[in-house]
Amino acid sequence: MELSDRTTNKDPAKPVGAVMVVGGGIGGMQASLDLAESGFFVYLVDNSPTIGGVMSQLDKTFPTNDCAMCIMSPKLVGTGGHRNIRVITHAEVKEITGPPGSFEAAIIRRPRYIRADKCTGCGECAKHCPVTAIDSYNEGMSKRAAVYLRYPQAIPKVFLIDRDTCIGCGLCERACLAGAVDYGDKESVEKISVGSVILAPGFEVFAAERRPEFGYGVFPNVLTSIEFERILSATGPHRSHLLRPSDGAIPERIAFIQCVGSRDVKCGNDYCSSICCMYAVKEAIIAKEHVPFVKPTIFNMDIRAYGKGFDAYYERAKADYDVRFIKSMVSKVREKQGTGNLLVTFLNEEGKASEEEFDLVVLSVGMTPSQSVRDMAARLGVNLNRFGFCETETFTPLATSREGIYVCGAFQSPKDIPETVAQASGAAGAAAEIIASARGTLAIKKEYPPESEVKPEDEARIGVFVCHCGINIGGVVNVPAVREYASTLPNVIHADENLYTCSQDTQEKIKNAVKEHGLNRVIVASCSPRTHEPMFRETIREAGLNKFLFEMANIRDQCSWVHMRRKAEATEKAKLLVRMAVANARLNSPLTETEVPVIQRGLVIGGGVAGMTAALCLAEQGFEVFLVEKEDRLGGNLLHLHHTIEGGDVKAFLRGLIARALDNSKIHVLLNSQIVDFNGVRGNFTTGVRTAPDMVYQKIQHGITILATGAQEEKPDGYLYGEDPRVLTQLELEDRLDQAGDDAIQLQDVVMIQCVGSRNEKHPSCSRTCCATAVKNALKLKKLNPAMNIRILYRDIRTYGFLETYYTQARREGIVFVRYDAEESPEVKKEGETLLISFEDKILKERMTLKPDLIVLSSASIPRENKELANLLKVPRTAEGFFLEAHMKLRPVDFASDGIYVAGSAHAPKLISESISQAYAAAARACTILSKDNLMVGGIVAVVDGERCAACLTCVRVCPYDVPVVNVRGEAEIDIIQCKGCGTCAAECPARAIDLMHFTTGQLEAKVGALVEG
Amino acid sequence: MSFEPKILSFLCNWCAYAGADLAGISRFQYPPNTRVIRVMCSGRVDPAFVPRAFLAGFDGVMILGCHPGDCHYISGNIQAERKIALLRKVLSDEGVGSERLLLDWVSAGEGQRFAELIRGFTEQIRSLGPFPKTEEIEGKLRAIRTSLEGEKIRWMVGKAPELMEKENVYGERTDPERVREVLETTLREELCKNRIMGFLEAATMTAKEISDKLNLSLKETLPHLVSLVGEGRIGFDTSEESHYPRYVRS
Repeated sequence: MELSDRTTNKDPAKPVGAVMVVGGGIGGMQASLDLAESGFFVYLVDNSPTIGGVMSQLDKTFPTNDCAMCIMSPKLVGTGGHRNIRVITHAEVKEITGPPGSFEAAIIRRPRYIRADKCTGCGECAKHCPVTAIDSYNEGMSKRAAVYLRYPQAIPKVFLIDRDTCIGCGLCERACLAGAVDYGDKESVEKISVGSVILAPGFEVFAAERRPEFGYGVFPNVLTSIEFERILSATGPHRSHLLRPSDGAIPERIAFIQCVGSRDVKCGNDYCSSICCMYAVKEAIIAKEHVPFVKPTIFNMDIRAYGKGFDAYYERAKADYDVRFIKSMVSKVREKQGTGNLLVTFLNEEGKASEEEFDLVVLSVGMTPSQSVRDMAARLGVNLNRFGFCETETFTPLATSREGIYVCGAFQSPKDIPETVAQASGAAGAAAEIIASARGTLAIKKEYPPESEVKPEDEARIGVFVCHCGINIGGVVNVPAVREYASTLPNVIHADENLYTCSQDTQEKIKNAVKEHGLNRVIVASCSPRTHEPMFRETIREAGLNKFLFEMANIRDQCSWVHMRRKAEATEKAKLLVRMAVANARLNSPLTETEVPVIQRGLVIGGGVAGMTAALCLAEQGFEVFLVEKEDRLGGNLLHLHHTIEGGDVKAFLRGLIARALDNSKIHVLLNSQIVDFNGVRGNFTTGVRTAPDMVYQKIQHGITILATGAQEEKPDGYLYGEDPRVLTQLELEDRLDQAGDDAIQLQDVVMIQCVGSRNEKHPSCSRTCCATAVKNALKLKKLNPAMNIRILYRDIRTYGFLETYYTQARREGIVFVRYDAEESPEVKKEGETLLISFEDKILKERMTLKPDLIVLSSASIPRENKELANLLKVPRTAEGFFLEAHMKLRPVDFASDGIYVAGSAHAPKLISESISQAYAAAARACTILSKDNLMVGGIVAVVDGERCAACLTCVRVCPYDVPVVNVRGEAEIDIIQCKGCGTCAAECPARAIDLMHFTTGQLEAKVGALVEG
Repeated sequence: MSFEPKILSFLCNWCAYAGADLAGISRFQYPPNTRVIRVMCSGRVDPAFVPRAFLAGFDGVMILGCHPGDCHYISGNIQAERKIALLRKVLSDEGVGSERLLLDWVSAGEGQRFAELIRGFTEQIRSLGPFPKTEEIEGKLRAIRTSLEGEKIRWMVGKAPELMEKENVYGERTDPERVREVLETTLREELCKNRIMGFLEAATMTAKEISDKLNLSLKETLPHLVSLVGEGRIGFDTSEESHYPRYVRS
């Protein structure tokens, strides 16, 4: 590796084309992948010995109940194996010097004592290690050896020695056949040059001991939510069996106590941790799915299900899983003597104290930045807010106080996975902006020798390499026998065995064998193709063979490891697996991937804050952008906003943003314009735009598309809205406050009603921003006239994150919050000229009737008209009309169709800062395409035999990505650029006219055939 | 019928065995209850032999070597003392026959002493009575044997002097307290795990039943179950659903 070239910046005037990402959780990985795919070199530095962060500890994720590890591991593997990402684990940043664009970072690497270049991750060392230590991955509920891997799927899959527990007996060195143990390893400092930096160090959970009244650490059956998560997990202490700590019994009555270490002025954490309501609901649901007789109860103040699809999940928990929600404050947990059970004392909404018995109590602990992260921020000169999170401004949510250093994820503010992922992509966009001119300067482009031609009629010459994997395979499977057997199979020219097939020297051995024996197919019988196929493919490609001529037999993960006590049968099975691989390899054909040129130009639809921000991020990186806006001016929703809750001047910000968009020579703003047709695929779209008033039509060619069509305040139905001028919406109030602020002083009684048009049958979602808006406007009114009586009628107050501080302030200033249930909405009527509102007061337990001067409705946020656009672009929408992303959790700004992205409130209601983050994210995702001159397409894709196609449209119907079309010849056509290679069409085609390359029907039949023959 | 103890003695070739011969030459009389196994050095006596001997029906075990400083192999007897001390600790913790184990020194010239030791030990065992072989005790003995036969313990035992007196792989000297603590902890863990494996050979059991049998609290028992589950040696019996899941050998 030409590392030395990358470590010094030769031309100080030019930025360094590398970025350092600090923290390898889901956010850090996403930012690294986006940057590495956009032509930059990335140093990913993680304090932990492995990347993966907190998400690696999670069992499932809300609101889809996806297995966290299943959806995360492709990112883990992608990050770990990316040519342009160097993962530096077990390390921390000491300091960053120099100017933005040309930083020098000093990184302290702690000794690992196991050499990354030699460790194969087989785990023999840990099996032998005589010392046990507490396993922090399982939150202390299980034990591990002093030499360990944090979790089974860890990347890098390199063990390390926990020096605090190791007594230095030397047994692991003897056990390690790979010779990877190095007791002489020392701490080292490495200096790297980078143009910009992204901080994604994540969070730790609140130390539950700091709320002693809940008995954590004293009563064994009081757990934190992260411990409970581990218990639910298949890799957890009880292998997903739900058992309580004191006696291993299955707890029936489980209490979740919310807001432990959040929304808590006493412990200094007067912010909402944003995720706990949802994870508690999730854990309750999962517990119930594990054990049907479980009865979960969630003690909460408000349920903050403010994200996309969250309220539906919350409703499902109540309706389908019998999760009980109690609005309350828990004051105490004590143990019922001799039972291990817990008595939970709580004050309900009416202020009445009650006590209830539970078998297990789970504390929903909040998020807090760890001390080591705070220390790092101090070293780097990055300002923190008073809670220790990274300080950012409303309109620059990705920038830290130090220029050139960006932030994302839970270090910026408490947030869930999709928001972290979106913000991570956003930070990648921002970090790329300032070093855009150095794109491609440090990224490694690999040169390969020419491919030797392998024709279908050529006799297959197969080489089989059987792996011992130390003793992982060899200790169970008779490897020499398998090798011997392989050599007897048809077309096998060469068979060999290796101690570790993945080691560097074995790669050379394979390459030499290809040359020496003239091999045209290579089979490795070892571990899983999911982890190792890319590496071996690379090897044979370096030997001049097409990478699709490689085949793997999984004789470790799916043979020796699972039949350890049945050696003879395991050996027979391994032989069979090799035989299958040989049968398949004979039919493997070289697949070509073709280059298609990318039109390095973007199209952004929607000229609001998200659209303009995305367009600017692309333009700043040197890409030409068309920004299409339906209205006659840029600005969108922000045209009606005046101040943010933090006091940010929206008008001034908007003026600046519009000016930047209009002044940027790379951005072509098309006002009064609409999309009328849309064609093409990622890298090469053609869009027709018609511009009023003359309805001029033009065609735009572009490589990516960003949808930022926004949302709007719904005109409310009912509450005398539109009938009485004293009933208005929050947006109208805001305008009025700004235009004629002074007349508000006359107001005496104001009532605000939350959730008008939200969280109902027609519109089940929460509109997310209205609670904060109501608090903002109420505080404004109170400022104008401190004597004013303001009541806010709400269902749950959802001032998540740092918005909570304004809610606290509002209550302090005497604004009264009155909760109502969905079934008993407030009633508004008129008696003569008097406006009357009546509602149930739960504390006073009586019906109140007031005569307010003003009623303000917090009306729902609904998507702007987008149905036609969705049809043209063939992108999906939710039932409520918001655009539906490719994956709720890990692809929050992508559509399933590549090259099309979503940003801003077109995705779901959002705050300005969130729209900005997401706009940067969409731009960064777009740059993974725009930054390339060509895209490689083809490989494992479906191909149609036109002669046999009956144009029955089956493939068109079954394709999850809407790729097949029937062409002018009346045959199905599958675009190789769009095809993802799942093969569903091949399996359903009635005429069997479709085949999936590399997984052809012939190959699958040959595999099965190999199993049943002889 | 009066109880006649059965005693097994391991005698080192150079001192104790010679001492025994001398007792013979000198016609020093001693009770006929002991059977002798000659080893070249007391250091050869594998601690695992002792629980094996008890399981095989012996009521007492004697290990006799050279006096400290006299060992034909420089320090074999010191090694023996270290190993047997650990074994004795385990036996006494588990309450199984630590008083039926004797390690002592007899020189080649101490025929008299040999006879006295045999006499004394035989009387001691006689007064203790037959080895109480209940199911529980046999289970414990089997677990002790398996644990002592395991690589972890053997490696640590063998490595301990070097760690304490010289240096470990990092070039540091390890605190003897720490070595002792790790050794005892590991042995205790192995022992509990092996006992649990033994229990589950016969039947499936709940955590509560296992902890009762181990005579440990549930809180102390669960970590062992967690480790065994993690190692894939035991699992959960899914055939019945109850509040108290039953563990089963996998």
